Formats: sequence, structure tokens, C-alpha cells
Amino acid sequence: MSNSPSDPLRPSDHADGGRDVVQPRLGVVGWLRWGWRQLTSMRTALVLLLLLAIAAIPGSIVPQRSADPNGVLDFKSKNPDLFGVYEKLQLFDVYSSVWFSAIYILLFISLIGCVLPRAKHHWKALRSRPPRTPVRLSRLDDHAESVIAVPEGTDAADAASHAVDLAQAQLRKAGYRVERYDQPAAGKRPAVASVSAERGYARETGNLVFHAALVGVLLSVGIGGGLTYTGQAVVKEGGSFVNSQMNYASINPGRFVDLDALPPYAVTLDSFAVTYTPSGSRGGTLAGDFAAHVTTREPGQDGRDQTIRVNHPIDMDGDRIYLMGNGYAPTITVRNSAGVAVFRDDVPFVSPDANMTSQGIIKVADGITDAGRDEQLGLVGFFYPTAGTLDTGAKTSMYPGLVNPVLTLWVFSGDLRIDGGIPQNVYALDTSEMTQLAGGTSSTAALELRPGETVDLPNGLGTVTFEDNQANGGVESVKRYVSLSIHRDVGAPFVLVFAILALAGLLAALFVPRRRLWVKATPAADGATITLEYAGLARGEDPAIAVAVADLKRGHEASLEAEAPREASVR
Amino acid sequence: MPEAGFTLDNLSVLLVWTAIAIYALAFIAYAVDLARRSDLAAKAKDAAPVRELVGAGASGSSGSSITRIRAEEEAALAAVEARPSERPRYLWARIGTSLTVLAFVFHVAADITRGIAAHRVPWSNMYEFALTGTMLIIAVYLVVLLKFDLRFLGTFITGLVAVLLGSTAIWFYTEVVPLQDSLKSVWLVIHVFVASLATALLAIAFALSVTQLLQARRERFALAADETAAAGERAPVSSGPRFLRTLPSADALESLAYRFAIVGFIFWTFTLIAGAVWANDAWGRYWGFDTKEVWTFVIWVLYAGYIHARATRGWRGTRSAWLSIVGFGAVMFNFTIVNMFFKGMHVYSGLS
Ligand code: HEM
Repeated sequence: MSNSPSDPLRPSDHADGGRDVVQPRLGVVGWLRWGWRQLTSMRTALVLLLLLAIAAIPGSIVPQRSADPNGVLDFKSKNPDLFGVYEKLQLFDVYSSVWFSAIYILLFISLIGCVLPRAKHHWKALRSRPPRTPVRLSRLDDHAESVIAVPEGTDAADAASHAVDLAQAQLRKAGYRVERYDQPAAGKRPAVASVSAERGYARETGNLVFHAALVGVLLSVGIGGGLTYTGQAVVKEGGSFVNSQMNYASINPGRFVDLDALPPYAVTLDSFAVTYTPSGSRGGTLAGDFAAHVTTREPGQDGRDQTIRVNHPIDMDGDRIYLMGNGYAPTITVRNSAGVAVFRDDVPFVSPDANMTSQGIIKVADGITDAGRDEQLGLVGFFYPTAGTLDTGAKTSMYPGLVNPVLTLWVFSGDLRIDGGIPQNVYALDTSEMTQLAGGTSSTAALELRPGETVDLPNGLGTVTFEDNQANGGVESVKRYVSLSIHRDVGAPFVLVFAILALAGLLAALFVPRRRLWVKATPAADGATITLEYAGLARGEDPAIAVAVADLKRGHEASLEAEAPREASVR
Repeated sequence: MPEAGFTLDNLSVLLVWTAIAIYALAFIAYAVDLARRSDLAAKAKDAAPVRELVGAGASGSSGSSITRIRAEEEAALAAVEARPSERPRYLWARIGTSLTVLAFVFHVAADITRGIAAHRVPWSNMYEFALTGTMLIIAVYLVVLLKFDLRFLGTFITGLVAVLLGSTAIWFYTEVVPLQDSLKSVWLVIHVFVASLATALLAIAFALSVTQLLQARRERFALAADETAAAGERAPVSSGPRFLRTLPSADALESLAYRFAIVGFIFWTFTLIAGAVWANDAWGRYWGFDTKEVWTFVIWVLYAGYIHARATRGWRGTRSAWLSIVGFGAVMFNFTIVNMFFKGMHVYSGLS
């Protein structure tokens, strides 16, 4: 097949492509050109696509740092030997690894190298005319013929031209771009009238839009990632989160994010609601309908009441705030032996299980003295919203709601090791330089409290109170907290737009038939009859090409007959 | 298995098992059809003279195997594309289709009662995904039958659905539980629905690709036979199951497979986008290379590869058919193995 201007330019090994494989000229330029041609060939694109598919798989088997950091730690402790090898192979960061990146970068270079020349070519094709009518239409697969009689007293060449006029009008009406290629009589050859028609440029346009949109997606992800940040924050009932770096429990900024210039807003948690439903026969309980009722404030504006639910983040100044988790935050007061409150806070307890058996840490750094010596105090708390006892005698929670709330505390004294500049984790207690005074292996039982109760600390160190939140005007006896995830993703809307563009392009590229049709009228030498030829050529996948040629013929014959009902005799 | 006492959900389970039993019968009927249809076709051919074809086959003589095969294939293609009323009357295929329709009715009833019992759309856990997904596979198959006579895929489709539905009912049955918060989203409805449609279309494409490979093999054998015959030796004339005689050419099967694959691919692309939109609402990121996301992506890339292969010289035909097969293998893997064994890494809910 020739590469006439309106052919889509395809890589040289495209199934429809020309078979001319140009030998490279020796020399650097020749080899470069040859290499480029290889890189932008269909075969390379195909191989790279398959490689990409295969390369993505390990990331679904080996835990990934980005999606499952705990899984990675777990893997490390279980397979210490393999860990090093995997680490070298970047198997814990597959999607940012050198080898994965290499594949998709090559793929996209190939894609750009493929699309640019095609786009240029298509731009020209869009403004050029349908190609010349082939000399021998009968060679085409989809071809039909009929012979009509020339009406009495009419010039055969005029009749032929007129018949093609009709076909031309018909094709134009059907959305084809048409061009006449009549040839005057020359020597013994009679005048031949023909029309060439083409449709389906949208197919190639769609293909180009699709591939270009993929580049758009990649760029949006890449550039957007640099401007994106994700952070976590914990907010207790009655408490507020003010959007600045220091109030985040953790934050992951992209490369170009200025953390000192975060949009100033505040979110106050008024209350947190959840419903519990028994699920199935195994006595489990499913928590649902989580709703964090918050008041949000932006500078210079009145506070607004909003609700954050799962699947329904709120929007604050371009940030999206998601509800990610929740738990209890018992209010605990510690007083020293002199009765001075040295600690008072709502302590967020974390819970790994559905019935909210939770654990929290309290660190009292100052104000406690033991026999005249300054001591630091560490408490490990276990909270059971609905306390019950297992067969083993251990406590557990039987239900996530506050039916029988009990708090037990282990008490440690000594050095919390928080002064040595080691970053302190509020959810962990370093007991290496502490002695356990109550609970666990110590001789004293763990302290046990219900809301509103106060008990003595061992050794006369002071007292601990589990405040009853209801007494302080709260809805429930124990406060709750939510963990929020705060995201700014500048790239996401662009990704979505490009994805939709890609989908639209794909629809056009896959379903718009691109084809050429021709109608040619050749008068017989004696001028009494005209041979009409109809032919079609599919450009790419076109299951309906045969039907299209048949329809063309039928429609054309109908209009011929309508014009001259008696004279036209269709054979 | 559900508790004692008759509930709407028990009824649903009963309907599921009824549907499975009837699908199994449909499978048998379709299998009998495949076993018998070549004889029927041969008889029909004796009655009506075969159209002579010119230029087909390497040896070109009208007595050669390949010429005969090409003629059969032409007729078969016409039959596949014929209107329902003009199709060959394969008795057992008709029984198979009738049974499939009957089973489908039970299947739909099972799905609807499950939905009513649960007060929500019936696709929010593995059991329900499978229930609805397999229902859509049959729905797509039955709709496709109106346009193409693909009853020769009946054994595959009913067999696949009977096995998937049966194993789901045995291993994945879960009692009605309220939806997890993160699943309460219109995107769930759209995402799962479209993914199931895509799966159905890709299943049909897969089956056609397999048939294409068988047919291509048969054509190759015929060509080889003609060559050895020309050299004066005797050689086996045909190969593969005999029902291939009633099927279109490998080329025709390939373009049919391609047509299903591209529609499936479009739906899959949509699934991918809808999943990302949903993830963005539920988890605060549209893409995180989570296990399920990875596999959805792998499948998408494989089918992009398949489409490319169809357009690459040297890859059209048998090689690209293998990609369609591998692609559907990945779809099934994603649906079964990934859901069952990779679950630890995949969190369906945003809240724990
Ligand atoms: C990210 C990588 C790529 C993906 C996901 C991809 C995907 C697709 C898809 C889905 C199609 C079918 C829809 C259509 O015709 O537009 C397609 C077609 C096509 N692609 Fe790509 N492609 C990629 C890269 C490339 C590259 C690098 C090239 C050039 C070598 C290329 C050349 C083509 C051509 C020529 C077609 C038309 C095929 C036909 O005639 O049917 N693609 N691609």
C-alpha cells in the first residue's frame, strides 16, 4: 500500500504499513536514525508494554513501602537474609525503582516519538483531499458492479458524469469527504467519471488524542506529585487542628511544597458519631456511619459546621480532609503527692481490633518526686469500652460502644529518656531505664479505673483520675478522637481530565470506521451503456466495510431509478 | 451456610443452587451439541451444493483440503452472522440456550432477593461480586447471541459460570452484613458493574481466541496435508475437535475476538478510572499501587498490548491470540487468587 498524504502515518512495522524497510546508511547519523526508528516501532512499543505489565507484578507480591510500610518491616523480621537482596533489587519500591522507571520512560519516549510525526502527518491529511480513484477498482476486496443503459438521446459521457454527481451527493450526505476525479476522453479511451470519498478521520484523531492524553496523565502525576502533600493529624473531641506543619502527626511533602506557607485554617472536632451493628452469627460488631462533626474556620470568615464522613472528605482552601480512623481518648489527670496536677490530657488510645480494646501511653516528665528525688513517670494504659473477661482471666472488650468502660494502667518510674534529643513517639514507651511499679510482672496489680474514679499511685507518688467526660458536659463518659488525613493534590484534577480525554479518544480510535469509497462510471465504447463500479477500502479495523459498499450501491441505484424510472435498467 | 429459619437470604441461596444445577445441564446440552454438530453440518452440506471458491489455499485445486476447509469456513461465518431465524437448527444448542435462559432467570431472582435481604446493591463482598458478576457474564452472552450465533461458546460460558458460581456458593458464602462505610459509594455500584461487563466481554474474546488457535492449527494441518499430498504422500487431513468444521476461519474468529476485546477494553478502562475516582474519595489518593490496583493496571496494559499486537506485523494471528488468552488469565487471576490470597494487603475499608 502506498503512503499517500491521507494515509495515516504508522510505524514501519504496522500491519497496514508500507513494506519498504530502508537500510541504514552507515555513519553516526544513520545509526541514530535507525535506533530511533527501532525505538518508535510497533514491535518495541509492544515489547515495552508487555515488560511494563510483567514488571508491575512483583509489587503486588512483595509488600511496598508506599502502600504497606508495616508489611516491609514484617518481611524484614521474618526474612532477614532475603531482605538485603530484595532491598538491592528495589523490590520494596517497585514503582519508583530504576528498572520500572526505565521501562515506562522508554515507553513514553517511544510513544512521543511515534505520536509526533503522526500528528504532523494527520494535520496535513486533515486538510488534503481524498486520494485519486484507483485505476482498477475491481482489484479491491469489496467491489461491486452494475451496468445501466444510457437514456435515448443523451451523451454517454454526460450520463456517466451525472450518475457520479448523484453518488457524490449521496456520499457527502453520508458524511464523507468527497473529491471528483473525472478524466476526459483521450484517444480511444472514453471519458471516465469518478468520485473518491473518505471518512473516519476521527479514528486517527482519537488515536492521537488517546496517546497524547496518556502523556498528559504521566506529566500530571509527575509534576502534581511534587506539589502534593499528605499529612495525618489527630483531633480529640473539643480539640482543634490548626493547619501548620507542627500540628501534624506526620507529613509527607512533595519536592516543591513550602511547608511554611500552608493555607491557614482550623478544624475543631465538636463530636464524633458512629453506629454499631451486630454482624452475622459470630457475634462480631460492625462499626459504620462514621461522622466527624466539625467546625471549620478560615481567616476572616465565620466558622462553618461541616461533617466529614468516609468517602466524603471536606474541602478546605484546596486541601481535602479525610476521616481515616477513630478511637477513644480518655481524659486522665495525674496529681503528685502534694495534690498538684502534673498531667492532664485527653490521651488518644489506638486500637487494632473491632471491639476497640485499645492502648495508650502517658508520660509525666516533671513534678513527681519519690523520697525527695525527681522521678519521671510512664503509664501504659489499656482501655476496654465494654470490659469483659476471657477464659484465661485476661480482660478484653466485648463491644466497641461504652457499655462498661474500664481503664487499667501499668505504672513505670525512672527515666523516660525523652531529654536526650531522641524524637519521642507518643505511642511508645521506652522502659529500658524504668522500673515497673504496678501491673505486668511487678508485685502490685495494675491500677483499674472507671470514669470518674481516682486511685492512688504506688509508693505514695500521687493519684490518677479517669475523668468522667459527661460530668464535664460531654455527650459520653469517654472522649473520642479522630485521625484525619489531609491532602493537597494539585495533579489529580488534571489526571482526571486527561484520563477522560484518553477514554474519549479511545472510543473514537476503536469504533469510528475509517474507510474510502469510490464510485466510477465508465461508458461503453458504443455509448449505449455505462458500467458503474463501487468499491471500498477499510483503513484499519472495519467490520462493516462490505455492508457500506452494498449500501452505497443500493442507495445509488435507487436514486438513479428515481430519476429515470423507465430508462434505467439495472442488471 | 446460613442459619436455620427461612429468610429471604435462604431463598436466595436456594435460587443460586437451582441456577447452578441448570447451568450444569445447559453445559451438558451444549457439549452434546458440539459433539454432534459436525455431523449435522455435513448432512446439511450434502443437501445444498457448496459454493465454489477460487484462489483459496496454496495448491488451489478444488479437491484440496484447504479449499474444502475454506468453503466450510465461509458458510460457517455466514451462519454466525445470520439473523436468529436463519441460523442452523442445532437441536442440542437450542436446548442449551433455553436452559441457560432458564438458569439465568433463577440467577437474577437470586441476585435480587439477596439485594432485598441486604437492603442494598448485591455486590459488596466476594460472594456478592461473584453472584452479580457471573450473572452479567450470562446476560452479555445472551445479548450477544441476538447478534452473533456464538452458541459454540456455550459450553465455555455455562461451564465457567457454573464453576465460578458453584465455588463461590461453597467457599465464599457470607451472611448479609451491613456495608462498610468505604463501600457506601455510587462509585462502588458503577465500578463493580462495569468491571463485570468488561469481564464478560473479555471472557467471550478469550473463548474466541482459543477457538481461533484451534482453527489456525487445523488450517495449518490442511495446508501441510495438501503439500504432502502434492508430493504424493498420504497425510492426516484434519486435526482438532470435529466441531471446528462448523466454525468460521481463524481470521474471522480473530476479528470477532478483537471486536469483543476492544469493547471489553473500553469498559476496563472505565473501571480503572472509576476505581481511581472512588479511591480518591475513600482513601484520599486516586492511585496507590495497592494489590488490586496493580492487577487492574496489569490487565489493562496486557490488553493494550493485545491491541497493539493485532496492529503489528508478525504478531497478528496466533501470537496476538495468545495475548488475549494471557489477558483473560490475568482477569481470572485478579478475580480469584488476588481476592482470596492477596487480601492481607488490600484494605477495602478506610476505617479500622
Ligand atoms: C503507554 C503506552 C501505550 C499504550 C497504553 C497504548 C495503548 C494503545 C491502545 C489502547 C490502542 C488502541 C486504540 C487506538 O487505536 O488508538 C493503541 C493503538 C495504537 N498505538 Fe498505542 N499505546 C502505547 C504506546 C504506543 C507507542 C509507543 C506507539 C508507537 C510505536 C503506539 C502506536 C500505536 C498505533 C500505531 C496504534 C493504532 C493501532 C491500529 O492501527 O489499530 N502506541 N495504543
